[in-house]
Amino acid sequence: MESVLKITWKRLPLSSNFAIAQAVKDSDVDVVSAYPITPQTTVVERISEFIANGELKAEMIHVESEHSAMSAAIGASAFGARAFTATASQGLELMHELLHIASGLRLPIVMSVAARALSAPISIWGDYTDVMNARDTSWVTLIASTAQEAYDSIIQAYKIAEDPRVFLPVMVAYDGYAMSHTYEPVYVSEKADAFKDYIPKNPQWYTLNPDKPVTIGSIASPDWYYEFKYQQVVAMKNAYDVVKEADEEYGKRYERKYGIIEEDGVEGSDITFVTYGGIFGTLKESVEELRKKGEKIGLARIRLFRPFPSEDIAKIAEKTKALVVLDRAITYGVGISGPVSREIISSLYSRGIERNVYSFIIGIGQRTVTEKDMAAIYEKTKEMLASHEKQKESVYWGVRE
Amino acid sequence: MGWKELPRGGSILEPGNSESRYTGDWRTFKPVIKQDKCTRCLRCWIVCPEPAIYIIDKPYATSSGRQFKFSVEVNYDYCKGCGMCVEECEPKAIDWVEEEK
Repeated sequence: MESVLKITWKRLPLSSNFAIAQAVKDSDVDVVSAYPITPQTTVVERISEFIANGELKAEMIHVESEHSAMSAAIGASAFGARAFTATASQGLELMHELLHIASGLRLPIVMSVAARALSAPISIWGDYTDVMNARDTSWVTLIASTAQEAYDSIIQAYKIAEDPRVFLPVMVAYDGYAMSHTYEPVYVSEKADAFKDYIPKNPQWYTLNPDKPVTIGSIASPDWYYEFKYQQVVAMKNAYDVVKEADEEYGKRYERKYGIIEEDGVEGSDITFVTYGGIFGTLKESVEELRKKGEKIGLARIRLFRPFPSEDIAKIAEKTKALVVLDRAITYGVGISGPVSREIISSLYSRGIERNVYSFIIGIGQRTVTEKDMAAIYEKTKEMLASHEKQKESVYWGVRE
Repeated sequence: MGWKELPRGGSILEPGNSESRYTGDWRTFKPVIKQDKCTRCLRCWIVCPEPAIYIIDKPYATSSGRQFKFSVEVNYDYCKGCGMCVEECEPKAIDWVEEEK
């Protein structure tokens, strides 16, 4: 590593939204295009303030919809600018077709998503249905569980997206409301340009330049299209190593890192809980209580959703006896309806690892999940395990009969 | 050319590249100009959207004794086989022939 720039940190009380705005400033983003949607709005409001105050030199494009927000980000990125947008829920759905275009054109856009439920009925509250719906769009997807991680992940996201082995857009998701609107102490850089060694600006992707003309967004007939899609398969595969390296280098430079899956006490545990996002905090609290009573419980938090870390989850499964997967989204019309549960089951099956994987649906539309729920889920799993029950349908935890 | 050599995301790195896009393989029928019957009115040249009708610097004398200073020919590398020239040809000098490969 060349020069390690020492960063002076300041500790601020920030919501995840404000932490992300701060990270956008510290990543020296060139173009921000966004449309307000609850619970994302304050991200872009804060960025507007930074631009207005002269703290961030960037172009803020006010658009009339999320469809245009992503279109503008695509245009900016295709020009070689470092582009950012933020959205949630219906906004993410409205930009869905552009999500495929951003990744298909291999543009390193970074977007934050304050994960929120989808209409109808209208719910402005948090769950991960929006993020899971974007699963097949070929975006590298990180899910943060603290405001500090949201800040660090945005900076890492540019490192990942702009790596020539990847050149794919990156989404950083976090809980709408439970994280977007609650305050935590966050260490942010004192100086705005502190990360320029970590994420230097040197666009290597195809950009629109009159001196060196390229066609971006051409048609591909049936005898070519498949190869371009396969390039994305390879880029996604490469992204796994790049995410890991970006995190490790960040750790070396700035003394904070998160890994692919955060785990605790998995080795030799009877049951390991697996989840993602802010709910991990509640889970940790409740497991601490249960461990005091002598229960052997492991914990795992999936930080990287795409590319899915199948190897890592397989290693975790091998160290424990059973897995409980807490999903905050539903894929309708299939027995095991937790999106991450399904990924885990397929990862284990294809590696011949036989473990019971129990899928629980929790926190839909931000239905409150407390430590008591976690303890009860644990008891329920123990019963299922004792009776050698094979689960064919997810448990819809707490739904009223 | 496989996925490794192709530019990412279907981008085209050379400008002015439509010449290397051979659209002729889209065709199922091809127009064949009968030079003897053609009056050189150039309607086909006007209507061809590609354009794949070429005015060739080649004199031609018809069997009835007319002298033309040039010929009209189809460039099959680019002719998509839309048939507009066949439809518009007043003296019916263009045959519409099924492609056999």
